[in-house]
Amino acid sequence: MARIESPAALEEYRQKLIEAQRKYTTTITICGGTGCRAHNCTAIHEETRRVLEKTGLSETVELRFTGCHGFCEMGPLMIIKPQGIFYTHLKPEDVEDIVEKTVVEGKIIPELTYKDPVAGISYHYEQEVPFYNKQVRLLLGMNENIDPCSIDDYIAQGGYSALAKALFTMEPEEIISEVEKAKLRGRGGAGFPTAEKWKAARRAISRDGIKYVLCNADEGDPGAYMDRSLLEGNPHAVLEGMTIGAYAIGACEGYVYVRHEYPLAVINLYTALDQARELGLLGKNILGSGFDFDVHVSIGGGAFVCGESTALMASIEGRIGEPRVKHIHTAVRGLYDRPTNLNNVETWANVPIIINRGAEEYAKLGTERSKGTKIFSLVGKIRNTGLVEVPMGITLREIIYDIGGGIPDGRKFKAVQTGGPSGGCIPEELLDTPVDFDSLYDVGSMMGSGGMIVMDENTCMVDIARYFVDFLCGESCGKCVPCREGLKQMLYILEDITEGRGTMEQLDILQELAEVMRDTSLCGLGQTAANPVLSTLRYFGDEYREHIQEGRCRAGVCKPLITFSIEPEKCTGCMRCRKSCPVGAISGKKKEAHVIDPEKCEKCGICLEVCEYQAVVRK
Amino acid sequence: MVRLVIDGQSVEAEESWTILEAARYYGIEIPTLCYMEGLSPYSACRLCIVEIIRGGRSRLSASCSYPVQEGIEVRTNSERVRRARKVIIELLLASCPNSRTLQCLASKYGVTRIRFRAEDRGCILCGLCVRMCKEQMQAGAIGFADRGTGREVAMPFHTRSEVCRECGACLYVCPVCELPCPGPLQPGQLCNSCLDTVQLEAFPSRE
Repeated sequence: MARIESPAALEEYRQKLIEAQRKYTTTITICGGTGCRAHNCTAIHEETRRVLEKTGLSETVELRFTGCHGFCEMGPLMIIKPQGIFYTHLKPEDVEDIVEKTVVEGKIIPELTYKDPVAGISYHYEQEVPFYNKQVRLLLGMNENIDPCSIDDYIAQGGYSALAKALFTMEPEEIISEVEKAKLRGRGGAGFPTAEKWKAARRAISRDGIKYVLCNADEGDPGAYMDRSLLEGNPHAVLEGMTIGAYAIGACEGYVYVRHEYPLAVINLYTALDQARELGLLGKNILGSGFDFDVHVSIGGGAFVCGESTALMASIEGRIGEPRVKHIHTAVRGLYDRPTNLNNVETWANVPIIINRGAEEYAKLGTERSKGTKIFSLVGKIRNTGLVEVPMGITLREIIYDIGGGIPDGRKFKAVQTGGPSGGCIPEELLDTPVDFDSLYDVGSMMGSGGMIVMDENTCMVDIARYFVDFLCGESCGKCVPCREGLKQMLYILEDITEGRGTMEQLDILQELAEVMRDTSLCGLGQTAANPVLSTLRYFGDEYREHIQEGRCRAGVCKPLITFSIEPEKCTGCMRCRKSCPVGAISGKKKEAHVIDPEKCEKCGICLEVCEYQAVVRK
Repeated sequence: MVRLVIDGQSVEAEESWTILEAARYYGIEIPTLCYMEGLSPYSACRLCIVEIIRGGRSRLSASCSYPVQEGIEVRTNSERVRRARKVIIELLLASCPNSRTLQCLASKYGVTRIRFRAEDRGCILCGLCVRMCKEQMQAGAIGFADRGTGREVAMPFHTRSEVCRECGACLYVCPVCELPCPGPLQPGQLCNSCLDTVQLEAFPSRE
């Protein structure tokens, strides 16, 4: 492939690609996101290719293996365009049918379409599905049109036009002021205004002229996979954003810091880098503009704390990934002591959109102080697990009930945890809180990078707090005392409470400890580590008190506080529980009431699940 | 020169100074553990936290690494600082209950009980030995291993390092591996023998 030397050449190249795609009458896109891969979508892709070749359709039907489509609950997914026919839960054996009936004859196969589990309505087309039609998929929408390993797909969709526009028609200051007007705020968690960061990095003087831009892809919150899916599904958008940012700041080198647990993201990123360099969209003299910029990949070991800016830079430099004090900002002295600008994957991916659409158009989306869209990974006790992209300002209720489909199995909603281990749990009465940086902060949580874990009545809030503190105990770098020792003592106290040894005094200690950790920890991890505890104490204090004073866990999660027994009048002596008990704690003869031996019982709850007569009770 | 206010006094400080250096120059005491003159500041023990008021906003920050700035107000002994400092001493004591240095700090700053579960781990991870070995002895024989609650000071791969000259500088600076406090102690108990002799809290704070 020849280098593209000017914006006009890029445009010409794009037109050629679009022309070449005209020969296809139909496009089959198969989701190749991590969730669908776990359900064997690669086999479906292979099978589709084989069937298309066998039937001689590969000349008119385009097959595209894309990044994540978002609706992971229903995977593996397939969309047949231009109609947008949407098939779910596919198996390789369905493929011949699909090609024969849908692709050739144009008929829809009703069994494969999406059926709303509550309303019972079948939806044939992607655009009709309630999960999708409430979303605004500025970033994720690109995923289903692009093969992440093909720069041509990205360019055909208008890719790198923002870069050409920025390099040839805008001054660096103009780009920054455009981003400022769009009021873009960092998507990594804290929501710092991106333009402010860029300005500081542009102003900063480097002793040898070298400045860096970094992309933080060290996503590590439990249950979160937004950045992963963006990087896997559309790496060029991130690279384009970084190149524009580098031009605005005056940087000549960039790093993407990505964790090694994301192998597909790493592979796709390397492929994207090679392709962009080959076309002259990275490297020396980009698009013939005279601007040089290249990106390196730095693969992290998977430490949660390396998402913190100074720890991330230490890790890239090859030192231990631990934070340092930031009295001098990283915009002035960051990576290798040079001015450095760090943004999250999603922030970078927003940049080309702002440049292409213009700040005014972009700022129409969202609330007064939070603009644009935000991607959330909606997980936990929710019907439609998946990635959702919503405009800022939408309420939590709309996300959970309208897009997420509510709580399955007829259970009651209890709380939603946003912002990962640094966020907080939001109760039902605050579900009408608009989702933006400031509102979430006001209710004691935070936007975070976008994890959203839904909990139902079978979740114990004390146990959730214990889980997050336990996670952070292992993920704190261990440098400063409040974080390291504070988390450890917090975990001891929460273990005491969940195991029935808690005292009311410990609640006051928890509160005091949490406040001191927030005030005195060295980095953001420690300062926010107490949020799960503080927010559950604030909204679910009753549950703590029940554990301590009544020795009761209302969700039935804390094993030392619950007992299983069989009500003799309901038990028919069917032996099912006896046969299912893994520790042999249940005894009783056939057709006689059974008994659970509390000494042997492991409280796994299997008996409760298998009993058809509701004779097993948990107290 | 930079002008700032420390505990109500207007003072002048060299631009290169940290708040801790400025405070010590003017005889204002700020407790430290992981700080030592001649070693790079590490800001890990958080004992030297002070309240810094800048632009009408107050926050706690470690004074050992915070450079003096024009016009800021520093409070080294406010209610907020004292409360946080006490919790930090308590946390440190829970991890090294028999350290004489920590026992003395407890008495001095009015910590009279440990509400946390105490386990003697023999190290508070202040990193003085690591920095001493690297920065002053030019050896770098020891470093930190692991993270989170499993963090420890160790030689590479837990085997004896060839660069260690057994100079003993690490032992010399360690605030924990010393003779235990001679007070009437059961392990894990607080001594508080000198509680009556020096008690900072008894003095009214300048706020």
